[in-house]
Amino acid sequence: MTSINAKAASVRFENVSKVYGSKVTAVDSIDLDVAAGTLVTLLGPSGCGKTTTLRMIAGLEMATKGRIFIGDKDVTKLPATDRDVSMVFQSYALFPHMTVMENVSYGLKFSGFSKAEAKEKAFAGLGLVGLTGYGDRLPSELSGGQQQRVAVARALVLEPQVLLFDEPLSNLDAKLRRQVREEIREIQQSLGLTVVYVTHDQEEALAVSDEIVVMRNAAIAQKGTPRDLYEAPADSFVADFIGEANLIPVEISALDGDTATVRIADYTHRLPSRGLPQGRAMLAVRPSRMRLMAGAGDGVAAVIDKATYVGSRMEYTVTAAFGTVFAVLDDVATPFRVGDAVTISFAASGPVLIPAGQRS
Amino acid sequence: MRIASLEKTTHPVLIFWIIAGWVGYCVLPWYGVEKFWSLAWLLDGWPFDKDYAPAAALLAMGQKLWLAPMALALIAPLAVLGRRKSDPAFAIVLIAAGAFGFAWLVAQGLGIGLRGFSAQWLTTLFGPLEDRQFGMGYGALITASAFLFLFTQGLAARGAVNGDVFVTAAIGGVIAVVTIFVFFPIAKMLLAAFATDDGGYSIVGFFPKFLDARIWGLGCLSGARCGVAWNSLVLAVLVGVLTTLLGLAFALVLTRSGFRYKRMLRALTVLPIITPPFVIGLAIILLFGLSGTITTTVAGVLGIEASRWVYGLPGVLIAQLLAFTPIAFLVLIGVVEGVSPSMEEAAQTLRANRWQTFRTVSWPLMRPGLANAFLLGFIESMADFGNPLVLGGNFDVLSTEIFFAIVGAQYDQSRASILAVVLLGFTLGAFYLQRFWLGKKSYTTVTGKGDSGVHPAMPTGLAIPVYAIVALWSAFTVLVYGMILYGSFVQLWGVDNTLTFKHYLTAFSVSWGENGLRWTGSAWDSFWTTMLIATLAAPLTAAVGLITAYLLTRQDFAGKRAFEFGTMLSFAIPGTVIGVAYILAFNVPPIEITGTGLILVISFIFRNMPVGVRAGIASMSQLDKSLDESSLTLGANSWQTFRAVILPLLRPAILAALVYSFVRAMTAISAVIFLVSARYDMATSYIIGRVENNDYGLAIAYSTALIFVMLAAVGLLQLLVGRTKIGRRTSHGEGH
Repeated sequence: MTSINAKAASVRFENVSKVYGSKVTAVDSIDLDVAAGTLVTLLGPSGCGKTTTLRMIAGLEMATKGRIFIGDKDVTKLPATDRDVSMVFQSYALFPHMTVMENVSYGLKFSGFSKAEAKEKAFAGLGLVGLTGYGDRLPSELSGGQQQRVAVARALVLEPQVLLFDEPLSNLDAKLRRQVREEIREIQQSLGLTVVYVTHDQEEALAVSDEIVVMRNAAIAQKGTPRDLYEAPADSFVADFIGEANLIPVEISALDGDTATVRIADYTHRLPSRGLPQGRAMLAVRPSRMRLMAGAGDGVAAVIDKATYVGSRMEYTVTAAFGTVFAVLDDVATPFRVGDAVTISFAASGPVLIPAGQRS
Repeated sequence: MRIASLEKTTHPVLIFWIIAGWVGYCVLPWYGVEKFWSLAWLLDGWPFDKDYAPAAALLAMGQKLWLAPMALALIAPLAVLGRRKSDPAFAIVLIAAGAFGFAWLVAQGLGIGLRGFSAQWLTTLFGPLEDRQFGMGYGALITASAFLFLFTQGLAARGAVNGDVFVTAAIGGVIAVVTIFVFFPIAKMLLAAFATDDGGYSIVGFFPKFLDARIWGLGCLSGARCGVAWNSLVLAVLVGVLTTLLGLAFALVLTRSGFRYKRMLRALTVLPIITPPFVIGLAIILLFGLSGTITTTVAGVLGIEASRWVYGLPGVLIAQLLAFTPIAFLVLIGVVEGVSPSMEEAAQTLRANRWQTFRTVSWPLMRPGLANAFLLGFIESMADFGNPLVLGGNFDVLSTEIFFAIVGAQYDQSRASILAVVLLGFTLGAFYLQRFWLGKKSYTTVTGKGDSGVHPAMPTGLAIPVYAIVALWSAFTVLVYGMILYGSFVQLWGVDNTLTFKHYLTAFSVSWGENGLRWTGSAWDSFWTTMLIATLAAPLTAAVGLITAYLLTRQDFAGKRAFEFGTMLSFAIPGTVIGVAYILAFNVPPIEITGTGLILVISFIFRNMPVGVRAGIASMSQLDKSLDESSLTLGANSWQTFRAVILPLLRPAILAALVYSFVRAMTAISAVIFLVSARYDMATSYIIGRVENNDYGLAIAYSTALIFVMLAAVGLLQLLVGRTKIGRRTSHGEGH
C-alpha cells in the first residue's frame, strides 16, 4: 500500500519586500523562519500582506527584494511550477471539468510518476481525507466540505516540502469549520508536514498553530506560540487583534524586581513588569479577566452602561473614570442591571502590561 | 520530486528550435515556391536549382552571400546547449543570437528586393548590387521563427515574465505576427501616401493631395458636390445617432416591458452576423429602386414619375441602418441590463415615480453606453463598403473612392493611400475616444453577484413611441428579408415577375458527366474557395485570438497596455484600408503573397482577431484565476495549464470564435475585394461583380444561399455549445 510521506522542509525569508507598481508596498522587508514539520499561521486584518507573503512562498508572486529559501535552496527566482510547494486555495480551485480522481492525480502527472503509481498515490490521498470511493464524481457533485478535502488531498499527494493554506475554512459553515480545522491539524501532525496557513480568524489561528505570525501594515507585528501571543502580546494591536482586550491607561508607580505596581485612579494592582520602566503604560485585560463587584470596594468605581444576556454568560459595557471597558461574567443567575454602581478589579493572572502610546 | 528546471542542462524546447532553425536554413527552399502547399519543388531540381535551393546551398554555390551572417546566429546557441538556464551566459547568448539573426533576416529582406537594393542610400553606400531576391519562402519562415523563439527563450532565462518560456514565446509570437500583418502594411500605406510620381517621398507633395477639394470640398453648401470626407462623416454621424436610438428602443422593449415575444427580438441580433453587408442594399433596390415595388406602386397611385431618389445618401443611410441597428442593439442590451435593478428599486422606494426613476437614475447610467453604441455605429458606417458601392450613385464615400482609385482606370496608389489615411484617421479617432474617454466612464454595475430584482417597466409616455418605432422597424426588417428571399425567385425584377428557379440553377447546378459529379453552376468555384478559405482561417483566428486573450487576462508583463491596444487596433481599421495596405505591402519581397489564397486567410485572421480576443477575454474572466494558480503550484507549467485547464473550460468560447470567424470570413467584402484573384475569387466579390453587371437575380439568389449556409453554421454552434454546457453547470471551482 502506497502511503503519503512528508519531505518537510523549512521556509526562510530574508528581508523580503513586495512592491506593486512603484508605490504600493504589500510586504515590507520581513524576516520569517518556519521550522520543518511545524504549522505556522499568518494572521492579520485584510490588506496586511499575509496572502501576498503566502503567494511569495508558492512562487505565484515574485519578491521585489530579499531572498526566499525552502530547505537550503534559494528559490527566490523560481516560478511556482518549479517549487516543491503545493497550495490549498480559498475557493479550492478544483478543476470543474475533471473528476475527483483526475483532480487529485493532476499534479502527479507532471511529477514523473507512472500512471499506476499516480493512481495508487491519489487513492491513498483520498483515503487520507476520508473520501475513498468518491473518485469518479465531479466536484460539482460534492458538498463544500468534501470539495475542501479533495483540495487538501490534491495538494498532499505531491508530498510537497511545504503545504500552503489560503483561508481554507472561509467558505465552510461554522460547525464544519471546527471539524475540518481539527482534521487539517491531525494530518499535519501525523505526517509531520511543514504548513503555512493564512487566516484572519484569530480563534482558528490559536487552535491550529505551532506558531502564529501576526501581521500589520505589510510588516510583522509579533510572532510566537499561541499562548505567548494571547498571554503576552507585544503591543496594543496584537492584544486587541488576538482575543479582545480592554486597553486601560495606567501609571507604573513602583518596580520591585520583575514585579510592577500599577495605579489606576486610586486602585493599585501588582503584575509582572515585562521590562517596562516606571511611568505611563497600558494595561491589557481580556474581558473574561475583569471582575465586577456590586457597590463600592477595593477597585475602580464604575457604572453599568449596557447588560446583554447571551445564554452562557453575561456581557457588560462598563464606564469608569478612565473610559469604557467590556467585561464578560459567567454569572447569569444574578445579573447586574443598567445603571448599577459597581467596582472594577482584575483577576490575579491574565492582565498584562504593554508599552503606552501605541494605538493602532 | 520536482526537479527545478533551472538545474537541468537539457532543454527540449531549445533543442527543437535550434534544429528548426538549421532545417530552415539548410534543407527547405529559402525563397517562396509557386504554390505554398504543393511539394512539387522536391522533385524539381532541389536542392541545387536556384529557385528551390535552401540558403546553405545557395551560399555553397556562391550566391546570395548576404544570407551568410545568419549562420553565425544559428551556431551560437549550440554553445550553450549544455549550460544551465540560470547561467548568465545562457540568456545572453540566446538573446544576442536571436536578436541578431532576426534583425539581419528582416534587414536583408527589406533592403534587397527585385531590383537589387531597394533604397537609394543603400546603393550609395555599398555600390550597385547586381543580384536580386524574391519573396521569402518556407526556409526563411522557419528560420525567422527559430530566431524569434531563441530570443524569447533567452528573455525567459533572464527572468522575463517569471522565467516562463511558453508565455514569453506567446507574447513574442503575437507581437511579431501583429507587427508583420497589421503595423507593417499600415506603415507601408502611410509611406505610399507621401510617395511622389518619380518614386521618391515628399512631405511637400503630400499636403496638396491631402487637402484636395475632392476630399474636403464644401461645394454642396452652394449646390455643387462635397468632398468624400464630408460625405463619409455626415453619413457616419447620421448612422451612429439613428442606430443608437433604434437599438435603444429595442433594448428597452426587451428589458423594460411586458412584451411576450422577446426571443424573436433576440433573434434579430443574429441577422447582421449572417448577412453579407451589401445584401441589404440589394433589397433596398428591389423596394425603392427605379423599378422597385414601392417606387412603382407609389408612382402609380400618386401619378408621379418614378425616380432614382434612393441612389445616394438616402439609400445608403437606410441600408446601413438596417444592417447596423442590430449591432447597436447588441451593445445596448448589455448596457440597459447592466443598470442594476436594485438602483432603480432604491429610487422607487425613495418616492420617485417611474418616469422620475427613468430620467434621474436609469438614463444617466445608460449614457456612457449610448455613446459607445454611437461610436460603434460610426466606425461600422465609415468602414462599410458594400452598401455605398451598390446604392451610392453619385454619393461617393471614402471606402468606395479608395476602391476606385486602386481598381479603376486611374490606378493611383498614392491617392488610394491618402484617402485611406483620412478614413483611418476618422475611425482611429473614434476608437481612441471610445477607449480612453468612455472606457473610464462606464457605470455598468455587473458584479458577478446575483442581483435579484426586476427592471421597472418604462413610463407610459415613453413606452408608446418606443413600441411604435420597434413595431415599424421590425415590420420593415421582415419586409426586407422577405424581399431578398422572394427576389431570388423572380425572373427579372420589375420587368418580368414570373417565379423561377433559374437563378439558383445558373449558380448552383450540378450534373453527372463522364467523370462523375460535375459542378456546372457558375457560383461553385467561388463558393468552394470561400468555404476553403473560411475553414482555414477560422481555427487560426480562434487560436491567435484566444492566446492573446490568455495573455491579456492571465499574465502581467511590461507594456501590456500597449500590447492590448495594438491587438485591438485592427478592429478600428476599416477593411478597405487593410485591403489597400496589404496589396501595397505584400506585392513585393520580402513577403510576396498577393494573388494567393494565403493572403486572404491572413487578412481574415487579422481582421477578425479582435472578435476572438473579445470572446476569449469574456469567458476567461469568468474563470477564477486560482484555477491556473493551483495548477501551477501542482507542478504543471503554463503551457500544460493552458492545455489541461483553460482550454477545456473555454470550449464554448472556442466554438463561438470558430463559427464567428468562419461566418465573418464568408460575409466580408471590404478587404477581400482588393485581394481576390482569378484563381481565388470569393463569394462576396463574385456577387458584387454580378451586381455591377446588373445581374441582380443571380446576386440575390447567391446571397440567399449564403445566408442559409451561415444560418446552418450558427445553428450548429448553438446546438454544440448547448450540449457542452450540460455536463458542467458548476460554478468554477467554488461550488457551495
